[in-house]
Amino acid sequence: MEDVVAKYVSQKVSKTRWRPVSATALQPPEVFVTGSWDNEENTVSIWSVGDFEGLGSSGDYHGEPHLLCDIQHSGDITDLQFLDQERIVAASSTGSVTIFRHHQNNETLSLNRKWEKAHYYNPSCSRASCTGIICNSPEIFTVGEDGKINLFTADRMDAIRTIDNADSSTLHAVTCVRTTEILTVNSIGQLKIWDFRQQGNEPSQIFSLSGERIPLHCVDRHPNQQHIVAAGGQDGVLTIWDVRQGSIPASLLKAHEAEVWEVHFHPSRPDHLFTCSEDGSLWHWDASMDVSGKKSLLHTGGRSNTFLSHNAINQSLITPWLSNDPAKDRIETTNLISSPTLSVNTLDVLGSCLVYGTDAESIYVKKNLFA
Amino acid sequence: MEELDIEPPLTLIPELNSEQKQLCFEWGPVEMLVCETLFETAEQKEKRPGCPFVYIVRRDQDVYSHTLRKLFNESHGIFVGLQKDEKERTGKSRTTQLVRVSKSYRSVIRACMEDSHQMAVSTWDPVMRMQHSTQVSILSAMELIWNLCEIMFIEAAPAGPLLLHLLDWVRLHVCDVDNMACEVLKSESPAKHENFWNAITIFVLQGRMDEARQLLSKEASANPVSVNMCKILDELMKKMPVLSLGNAQTLTEMELKWQHWHDECQRFLQDGTFASNPHMETLCKILLGDENTILEKKDLMTTWYHYLVTRLLYCHPTVKPMDLHLYAQLSLDQFLGGESSPEPLDIILLAAFEFDIHQVIKECSIALSNWWFVAHLTDLLDHCNLLQSHNLYFGSNMREYLLLEYASGLFCHHSLWQLAVDYFDYCPEYGRAYLELHIERIPLDTEHKALKVLRICEQRMMNDQVRSICKIMAMKAVRNNRLGSALSWSIRAKDAAFATLISDRFLKDYCERGTFSDLDLIDNLGSAMLLSDRLTFLGKYREFHRMYGEKQFFPAAKLLLTLMTARIAPSSFWMTLLTDALPLLEQKEVIFSADQTYELMRCLEDVMATKSKNSTLQDDDTETMKVEMLRLALARNLARAIVKEGTLEE
Repeated sequence: MEDVVAKYVSQKVSKTRWRPVSATALQPPEVFVTGSWDNEENTVSIWSVGDFEGLGSSGDYHGEPHLLCDIQHSGDITDLQFLDQERIVAASSTGSVTIFRHHQNNETLSLNRKWEKAHYYNPSCSRASCTGIICNSPEIFTVGEDGKINLFTADRMDAIRTIDNADSSTLHAVTCVRTTEILTVNSIGQLKIWDFRQQGNEPSQIFSLSGERIPLHCVDRHPNQQHIVAAGGQDGVLTIWDVRQGSIPASLLKAHEAEVWEVHFHPSRPDHLFTCSEDGSLWHWDASMDVSGKKSLLHTGGRSNTFLSHNAINQSLITPWLSNDPAKDRIETTNLISSPTLSVNTLDVLGSCLVYGTDAESIYVKKNLFA
Repeated sequence: MEELDIEPPLTLIPELNSEQKQLCFEWGPVEMLVCETLFETAEQKEKRPGCPFVYIVRRDQDVYSHTLRKLFNESHGIFVGLQKDEKERTGKSRTTQLVRVSKSYRSVIRACMEDSHQMAVSTWDPVMRMQHSTQVSILSAMELIWNLCEIMFIEAAPAGPLLLHLLDWVRLHVCDVDNMACEVLKSESPAKHENFWNAITIFVLQGRMDEARQLLSKEASANPVSVNMCKILDELMKKMPVLSLGNAQTLTEMELKWQHWHDECQRFLQDGTFASNPHMETLCKILLGDENTILEKKDLMTTWYHYLVTRLLYCHPTVKPMDLHLYAQLSLDQFLGGESSPEPLDIILLAAFEFDIHQVIKECSIALSNWWFVAHLTDLLDHCNLLQSHNLYFGSNMREYLLLEYASGLFCHHSLWQLAVDYFDYCPEYGRAYLELHIERIPLDTEHKALKVLRICEQRMMNDQVRSICKIMAMKAVRNNRLGSALSWSIRAKDAAFATLISDRFLKDYCERGTFSDLDLIDNLGSAMLLSDRLTFLGKYREFHRMYGEKQFFPAAKLLLTLMTARIAPSSFWMTLLTDALPLLEQKEVIFSADQTYELMRCLEDVMATKSKNSTLQDDDTETMKVEMLRLALARNLARAIVKEGTLEE
């Protein structure tokens, strides 16, 4: 527990994201962004867990996150994504989508671009909450409670494309599957794949748990194997889908007692998965045990992986996430929060660092995840 | 009603002129709306615009403080932990556990105090600085009271250790001496520093002998004349008997030793050993517990409770808890010397020394501007089983009453309401009722927030609230023309009536446009379809269209007929269904059997019968033509079916 540092921030945290580090950098991530919700004045804030200059050596500074800068935001922050090192895209409950620029030389945030009415209800024109965004630079996809999907790019004021009534219920989250395809989850438990090369307003594929209509709240794609998708639902169940085949999930994993708010594959160690929930727990799913023998081969990095791909192709297909009986001794799960109280709304992992934010108005950073 | 203890404070609302105009108000749960009004007679009505503002008057102002949010959130975690960790242990380990909880609460107060202090130091705005400084002093007073309550009630130390705890208490809260000593030591010649003797005196007054002796050694090295004196005084200080928490020294043993040491000090004072140095003489007098000498050092002690503890240390080191209040009252009187009257803080501390828990809580409730302190302290004391006997003439008991007040305040906050839920959970008598009333008043701006509220209700089986939240959300969706969303909400609430209403909207849309909207939802209704008859019909009717589209004519026809014969379809919709049968009747292949055709005919006649009974005069031409066409098609199909069935039989 000692390696977790907490900070009370006097606002409920709805989203947190690490600033991406360049692939070649060996340093652990230091800067992350958080967004608040349910406040009269919500803010987007940038934090650093790096050592203060001069304070780094003194013993009393334990890497507690310190605020670099913040900026006001109208409405709850419902999603945050880094477009690149400097620009952050924020989704708002007022239906707007904003790009903020973080000036690193003088540590300030400024408004870069704002789409005021990205999401709204059709006849009444009243604002609808934007619920999710995904950046696939330069493209930004947004989804909302109005069931609409927008495609923006940072340099244009108009939406490149909008699919009205893409969904009859609320869209809760979105992720990129392949370059031109995105995947959305909605409040009646469906996953839909949309191909933006095609002109129609219909999804190219729909998946759902037959008979069940449990809302899905979050989704993430396996970083290397694009056909593997993890989604978290209202009943606390994590489902893993293979979008190449079948319309039923490859596995169902029960972990949480309430809504799963976020699910993330570890970007560079995809055998690790993290979920957080309304019930105040945060689970680390470790499937690396399963591949014991192959582990060393698969984790030696991108280059050797492609070199081995001819031999390893069968092995890499048997990813632990898709095996038939994952619950039994294949995936090791650990709860990272010992005494849960209020909802853990958000988490992000990068390198060996985890950051998460809660309704108890606090953010936590855990370093050395794999130590 | 009981009579009031104090006059209620007067709150002035700026810019509101109550002299010339009347005020009207409306009570909220913890807030009040106030606005100006003027009850005028009819003839002078038209003039003067009224005040355009409505004021919100809040009682629990501290809830809105930015820095205190940390206090509320962090203590929430401690509170929940304490409730969960229920009475497994008894006796000693239970006390240790409760003391630990009490210390966590105090450390949260301290952390908050530091934050406020930081804010006060860093801000440039004098008003803000003032505010933060006030906050610091309030928090520091809270911590002081809490600490004393911890010693008196939770720890409940017996004679002996009691004094040690009190000494720690004074050392923790009167700590200017550390800075002073630092300054003295840093100077070139410490012994010449103006505060040199003051620092030593304070150390002695607080019983910090080691530090006092350390400072004294500076004097010895700087001033060769007094080396001998210093040595003797140092020896006295070193020899002063103290109880330690660890060893099992009996009180009589301690008293004997004490008497011995006391005599020794007395001897040195009387033979004039320190006569040449007034400072050292004073110190020796303090060691002897000379009340006047100690009282002379009033300014160094700053507070009466410091004086009390110092007096106890040198006069009554084995004071019994029950005698404390005598000394406390005496010290307070002597210290104030009739010059000023005791302040609220003094009264609270005095009540604590008297072991009067209820007085402490009552005075704190009056003096502090928030419920946080009394609610948490009372809860903790209740866990120590100290409050059992006390029942209020209203509500259930004091613990619950205070917790409810505190939580109600939180619940009105736009963001802190989530914390309040857990407090209500731990109020067995009225918590549930409070929660039910409050939770319905949370504004549901987004679905995300609605889901959070819903989860709270579902976990507590608050079915009425679940239904009402879903209904609100469903209504919102309907208003925004999001029928699919609306249906989802009413299915979640199992609200059959509303599902029927929305299904009707879907069917109406279909009749108008000829296509279904929101197919992704209707096709996936599953067992949710059974919620209401109309929803079942909607789902089945859509199924018919799907089958028809897929050219599965036979099952489609059968389903269509069942919809009418099983009376699933609303009668107003039968005509549409019959029209849908038309293309099936006109197929090359015979789809409806003779029996089925008879059924269809009966249905058509039923429709016509009800129509004529209602005697509506709107028989327009298209309608009549439709009926004629249907009759024709039915007759032809019957003929074909009879032929076909007859042929097969042969």
